[in-house]
Parts: sequence; C-alpha cells; structure tokens
Amino acid sequence: MSHAFVEVQNATKRFPGTGKHALPLTVFENISFGLNKGEFVCIIGHSGCGKSTIMNALAGLDQFSEGSMVMENKEIKGPGLERGVVFQNYSLLPWLTALENVRFGVRARWKAWSDREVTEHSMKYLKMVGLQEVVNRKPSQLSGGMRQRVSIARAFATKPKLLLLDEPFGALDALTRGVIQDELIKIWSQDQQTVFMITHDVDEAILLADRIFLMTNGPHARIAEAVEIDLPRPRQRASIIKHPHFYTIRNYLVDFLVNRSSELRSEKPSGHGMLYPTPVDPVRQSSPECATETASASPDTESHQNLVNFTPKETRHG
Amino acid sequence: MSRDATAEKLSLNVRAALLAIVLLVVGLGVWEGVNHSPLMGGNETLSEYEQLLAGADERASVPPPSEIAAKAWKELSNPFYDAGPNDKGIGIQLGYSLYRVLSGYLMAALVAIPIGFLIGMSPLAYKALNPFIQVLRPISPLAWMPLALFIIRDSEASAIFVIFICSIWPMLLNTAFGVAGVRNDWVNVARTHELTSLQTAFKVILPAAAPTILTGMRISIGIAWLVIVAAEMLVGGTGIGYYVWNEWNNLDLTSVIFSILMIGVVGMLLDMALAYIARFVTYAE
Repeated sequence: MSHAFVEVQNATKRFPGTGKHALPLTVFENISFGLNKGEFVCIIGHSGCGKSTIMNALAGLDQFSEGSMVMENKEIKGPGLERGVVFQNYSLLPWLTALENVRFGVRARWKAWSDREVTEHSMKYLKMVGLQEVVNRKPSQLSGGMRQRVSIARAFATKPKLLLLDEPFGALDALTRGVIQDELIKIWSQDQQTVFMITHDVDEAILLADRIFLMTNGPHARIAEAVEIDLPRPRQRASIIKHPHFYTIRNYLVDFLVNRSSELRSEKPSGHGMLYPTPVDPVRQSSPECATETASASPDTESHQNLVNFTPKETRHG
Repeated sequence: MSRDATAEKLSLNVRAALLAIVLLVVGLGVWEGVNHSPLMGGNETLSEYEQLLAGADERASVPPPSEIAAKAWKELSNPFYDAGPNDKGIGIQLGYSLYRVLSGYLMAALVAIPIGFLIGMSPLAYKALNPFIQVLRPISPLAWMPLALFIIRDSEASAIFVIFICSIWPMLLNTAFGVAGVRNDWVNVARTHELTSLQTAFKVILPAAAPTILTGMRISIGIAWLVIVAAEMLVGGTGIGYYVWNEWNNLDLTSVIFSILMIGVVGMLLDMALAYIARFVTYAE
C-alpha cells in the first residue's frame, strides 16, 4: 500500500465532560486524510469543529485522544523542525528585532552555520516578503501585516517539509491580506513545500489550495469532502475570478458551509474502518456527462477510494 | 501641533522644577528661621537659670540647615578618613553598608531567581513551596537577628544574612510570577524549533520574564537598604546605621540629619541603577 507524504488515520479528540456524570465531549471522530508531497491543502469549517486541534496535533503541540499521524513513514511525536508553524497571532518574540526573530529560527535549524550565513539566509527571506527596510525594528514597531510577514519569513526560512498555517491572515485587513497572499504564493512556488492551512476565507482557499478539506460542524465533526481545485497555476488574485470554473467552485464551497456542513453532521457515515474524505470536483459535478466519465475513468481510484485519496493532478511534481 | 505639545511639556517640567525649588527654599527658610528666633524672651534680661547656663538655650534645638550644610561640606570634602573605631568618614560608613547590602542581595538573587524559575515552571513546586513562602515572607527581617547571631556567631555575617533574608522574597515571587506568566505562544515557538529545555529557559523564558524579575530586584534593593540601617544599629561597629546611632549617642544631631540625607541619596541611586538596567530588558508587546 502506498503512503501519502503525511497520513492521519482515525484521529479522534475527546474532552472530558464537565459535570460529574457528563459524557466526554467528542469534538471530532475517526478522521483520516493524507497530504501529498508539495501539495497545498486548505481546511475550512465552522468554529469549534476542531481544525486548530488537527493543526496543533500535526505541529506536535497537541495530541489526539486516539489515532495516529505519520509523516514520511515516521510517526509524528512532539514538535519538530521538519514541521514549521505560522500562528494566527504571529508568535514573534517581542524582545527581538524582525531579523533576530528570523535568525532565531534559522539558527535553531542549522546549528553549525556561522553567524554571517545565518544572517544572510534570514535576510534573503525577509527580502522575499519585502521587509528589508525594517529588519531592525521590534515587532511592536511593525504593523500587523508586517509582523505576519516576519512570521512567514521565519517559517519558510527554516525550510520545513510540512508548513502549518493556522489562519495566518485572520487578523489582517483585506488589502494587506491580498498582498501577503501573493507573497505567500511567490515563496511557496519557489520552495514547493507541503502546506496545510486553516482558513475561514473561501476566496483565499480557492486562490491558494490544490485541495480544500471541508469539515462538518462539531461535535462529532469529520472531514466530509476534499474538493479538488483544478484552476491553472500560477494563480493571481485579479485574474482567477475571471476563470469560468471559479464561481462553480466558490458556490459549491459556500453552499457546503452555509447548508450542508450542519446537515451532514447528523448523517452517520456508514461502515467502519478509515473514513477518508470523498474527493469532489465541483466543476465536473455540475456537468453530468463529465461526472459519469470520472466515475468510470479510473478504476484504480475507485478501488482505493476508501483507503488512500489520490489527487488526479500530480503532474506539477513529476 | 507637536510643537505646541512640546512647548507645553517643557513648560510643565519647568513649572514643576520651579515649584520644587520654591518648596525647598520655603521649607529650609522656615526651618532656619524657627531655629534662630530665640525660644524664650528674646532681648529681655536673662533669668537666673539662663545666667547659670551662660546664655545657652534651655532646650537643645534641631540644628538649622546652614549647620547641616556646613557639616555636609566638611564630611563630603574628606569622606574616607579613618581616625579610629568611632571616627570614620561618611564614605567609609556608607561603603560598609553598601558592601553588606550588595553581598546579601547578590546571594539572595543567586538563590531566589533559580528557585523562582522552578516555582514558575512547575505547578508542583509552586504548591509544595507556597506554604513555606507565605509563612516566612511576613517575618520582619530583624526578628531573625538573634537567631542569626546565635547560629552564625558573627555580627558582620549576621547583618548580611538579614539582608539576604529580606531581599529574597520579592525576587523569588516576582521571578515565579514572571516565569509562570510567559505566553504559551512563545514557549510553543521554542518547542516547534526543537530548543532544549535549557535553551528554552535562556532564550525564551528568561528574556520574557526579565522585566518582571527586574521589578522584583528593584523592590528587593529598596527593602535591603531600609533594613541595613536598622540591622547596623543592632550589630554596631561600622556602617551608616551604626553611624546614625553613634551620632545620636554623641548628641550630634547635625551629623544625624546629615547621615539621614545620605541614606536617602544612596537609596535613590541604588533604585536608579536598577531602573537603568531594567531599561535594557523591557520590551513592548
């Protein structure tokens, strides 16, 4: 059996009940998914469905109650430098300057490097996010957008194999968010890291992601579907909305969040074993003749449907 | 706009300085005047008693500022003379006191900061040690003096011990408080970067808690300087506390007031020194 780059199997998170005889609260249950190497995956769901728990578990900062996580055939246990994290609140160390914050990460990653190498490497990434002018300022002297750029530079500079972004643009205004999204795409297309990102913004997810995981509402949440985004890369904020498929995908996602995320919750998934999200391509679904074509096109996919979720387009990574 | 604001700020500072000078001059003037006006009778003929005392006041009065200024000038122009056990310059006396305060204080810092770190990091250590701290903390440092003298059998070391015991608590509690309050996000940054516990302690927790620790150190040095005067009055021999008490026994109130002023000035300088150090570790979030 082939393994994806990152495999999460049967993940469950329960919190003990608050009362004396209260039942434990199950946030999510039996979640399985895989991330392919070099893939950009966004996860969308309402608050309380456990997105952040999944992310923190992947970062090694939290634990599932049950379930396993494997990355490159090694179990994920505790935090590690091969997994970089960008937090929503930036998590910069306020007593260090922007440069020192990035250096902090780079120094931790490459302990044998000389000070000059560390500084040069850090500066390279700060330049990529357009902060070369303000590297000697402390975070308190930077705007929210600039702080998040420093945080992104720090995460990318350590070249983690898996990059975890927890709503990185959640606290930013729309204009700043757009600019940093473009920068994120730019850095990502250079380094081709695997990215797993939480977002609440449907447009942002379409712009960035190869696949979008849709979570049903908690408690007992699950990842119901994995929507394939087949819009051609490189994508640009301005031109992507003109693509004929954009609104098909967008409507599908919004419909899921508004209507189906709560409907699916009561729907008990049948069967046991690992429940991987159903792959969905909203564009093909909307034109019936294509849909039948997909179903019969690849028997290989069908036979593995309940085990491993392949993305059809792997061409970018050869 | 900004020029107006600067002008107003300047004028506020200037006005404050002027007011302070006026208060000083008025205060000193009244003090001086009260002491020079005759307490009884004035120009009237001397009573029999006064004649016996050859015209001296019936009651000794508090010396006026002019006398204290003259004393200060004399003492400060030769602060380090040493003419025997009971006649040493003010600089030497202050030096002894500072030596005791700083050695007791530094020992306290060496104990308090690591233990405070431990208590801040470990809820178990906090819960286990908290009852002891709560009982020991309110004890007046001077209450330890007899026990210290009995156990240590050395007055010099006992004074240092008293300083040690009084300056340990603010540093211990502030360190624990600062360490416990380090934002989880920052600790997570250390964890995701695979820092060892030692690296996390020195690169993340220490700088994050440093402003709170420095506040504790500043409170401690203030208390230590308050306590040293009383401790030296008890143990005697040398130091500014002993000097004050010795001059009281000599009925030399001019020296008493002069040394009171010196205690205040040195205490202020100690506080300013720590405030200056604190500036280097303070950060804005």
